[in-house]
Amino acid sequence: MAEVATAKRLTRAWTVNDSLVSVTDLKVWFPVASGVMQRTVGHVHAVDGVDLEIKAGETVGLVGESGCGKSTLGRTIIRLIEPTAGSITFKGDDITHVRGGRQRALRREMAMIFQDPYASLDPRQTVGDIIGEPIDVHRLARGKERQDRIRELLRVVGMNPRYADRYPHEFSGGQRQRIGIARALAVEPTFIVCDEPISALDVSIQAQIINLLENLQSKFKLTYLFIAHDLSVVKHISNRIAVMYLGKMMEVAPAGQLYKTPRHPYTGSLLSAIPIPDPAVELRRERILLKGDVASPVNPPSGCRFRTRCPRAREHCAEEVPPLESFGQEHLAACFYPLEA
Amino acid sequence: MSEPLLEVQDLHTVFSTKEGQVKAVDGVSFELNAGETLGIVGESGCGKSMTALSIMRLQRPGRIVGGKVMFKGQDLTRVSEYEMREIRGREIAMIFQDPMTSLNPVYRVGWQVGEPTRLHNGWDARKAFSSAVSMLGRVGIPSAASRARDYPHQFSGGMRQRAMIAMGLTTTPHVLIADEPTTALDVTIQAQILDLLRDVNREFGTATILITHNLGVVAGMCQRLIVMYAGKIVEAGPTADVFAHPKHPYTWSLLRSIPRLDAETHEPLKPIEGLPPNLVDLPSGCAFHPRCAFRVEKCSRDVPALLRVGDTQQAACWVTQSGTELKGG
Repeated sequence: MAEVATAKRLTRAWTVNDSLVSVTDLKVWFPVASGVMQRTVGHVHAVDGVDLEIKAGETVGLVGESGCGKSTLGRTIIRLIEPTAGSITFKGDDITHVRGGRQRALRREMAMIFQDPYASLDPRQTVGDIIGEPIDVHRLARGKERQDRIRELLRVVGMNPRYADRYPHEFSGGQRQRIGIARALAVEPTFIVCDEPISALDVSIQAQIINLLENLQSKFKLTYLFIAHDLSVVKHISNRIAVMYLGKMMEVAPAGQLYKTPRHPYTGSLLSAIPIPDPAVELRRERILLKGDVASPVNPPSGCRFRTRCPRAREHCAEEVPPLESFGQEHLAACFYPLEA
Repeated sequence: MSEPLLEVQDLHTVFSTKEGQVKAVDGVSFELNAGETLGIVGESGCGKSMTALSIMRLQRPGRIVGGKVMFKGQDLTRVSEYEMREIRGREIAMIFQDPMTSLNPVYRVGWQVGEPTRLHNGWDARKAFSSAVSMLGRVGIPSAASRARDYPHQFSGGMRQRAMIAMGLTTTPHVLIADEPTTALDVTIQAQILDLLRDVNREFGTATILITHNLGVVAGMCQRLIVMYAGKIVEAGPTADVFAHPKHPYTWSLLRSIPRLDAETHEPLKPIEGLPPNLVDLPSGCAFHPRCAFRVEKCSRDVPALLRVGDTQQAACWVTQSGTELKGG
């Protein structure tokens, strides 16, 4: 009964747009200071001209290696980081530079789940206060109603409501992540950025959290941007997958299609590098080993960012930046010499 | 079957904590044969790293309170610290998860990679450095001669791990213990390092113990594998057999709980319920029984021994030892 009531309260009535979130030519540069005067000597091109559409109710997986800009992109979309250029729209409204009351209203629509359940919960607050904080900030409930909501949220994430009086250190990593999820749900968001939500968890706990996120999504009609480096998990949970490399979008495609027919050489080698827990399959697999390391985002290569490691790169790749082009329905890739379908 | 290279017999390593004694390694026995790659898998706190550290006698502040580690006719738990120092690095080398904290930031990479040969072979600085350069080249560091003069911070994560492997190999050890060697690395770099470890195994004939939590890595690297849970081995056997027919419910449920990249359809994952146990306060009987879908009454009472189940595998489980097949929806 209680769960049904929660479901009603957390699901807000709203019309389904084509795109819930739309990112256009987004750039996020961080200055690099050096010397005694701390003069800006360059910029880290963390996100460097990215387009991305996220439809209501879907899960978009965002993958890439460390430093590719995936977390920066996620945080910029929910306005935790100021973009350098480009635009972000949410439910059709331009939110690139919203401030004040409109920003506060926006914060009720979007939430974030963080990677490290140890660092993202204040050790001096009780679980109830951690989950209650967004309720207080947005004046969603007071007194007994507030307490009831906290208990409901704990129940929704599969925890005992009596845990509200305890402190984070009393819980394991998986339980802390549930607390973090309850806090994200407290504002009744429509859109949640999950930034590596299971990377810090034990293998046997990961599946519990993945299933919880999937159940919550269907129950509360949530839209996820699921950021992770583990492509197996991303493929499992996502409808579509976006692959980033050095601040650029390399490929965007429906999850199954991306796995079966990757068009960008980077996606191809990334997929081939993922170990599959099956010795029979591993024995037959061919790996496309990439040479070297990711180039510096301060001084990214000319043309295609991936060309310095790409087995298919030719001269043209250094001269021009390949645009994100269509390779069939919902399938985009940025490559002059794509893999065959 | 020839004599195993390394034989761990009923090893016990404990820690004293404020809440009581923790049995980090609780009666672990296994063999490592020359030239093979053996995987040890398990979650954090299962004792896999502590087993490796105990073999190297680097278990402090833990204490080895029982068992033997037989290597070339001697028991490593009993040799003097001086003898152990000769074995470490020269005979058995270890590489760690975090190559940033395992390299000394104030010495040049080449100097550090050459250190084992200076210490163990008595080589002078010049000879050690040139051997370090050639080893760095062999593990795939481009322009090794000049990069050897760099400091660790000038190396990327993948290059540091290569340097660690080079350091381990300079004395051509018989055993290489790799403790989560790729966990801190990106997948494309992980693939490079695993490829390198495979080459090392083939080229130098170095027997490798690969410790990891990643079942995919084990599947592609190891001929045999050991699964640990709460300080004990719960299952052991040839990798192909363990993956095809796991004989311990923990292995069985773990394999079903992880999403596979090559899955054709979207099936909900089947998680293992509950939490990994608290080592200070272990469940009675089999430590896995509170989370086990197959448990019978005996499981909460008596600790099962690791016994042969099937033709090639061993499992510490009352259920499979009595002949029951692990099946379920």
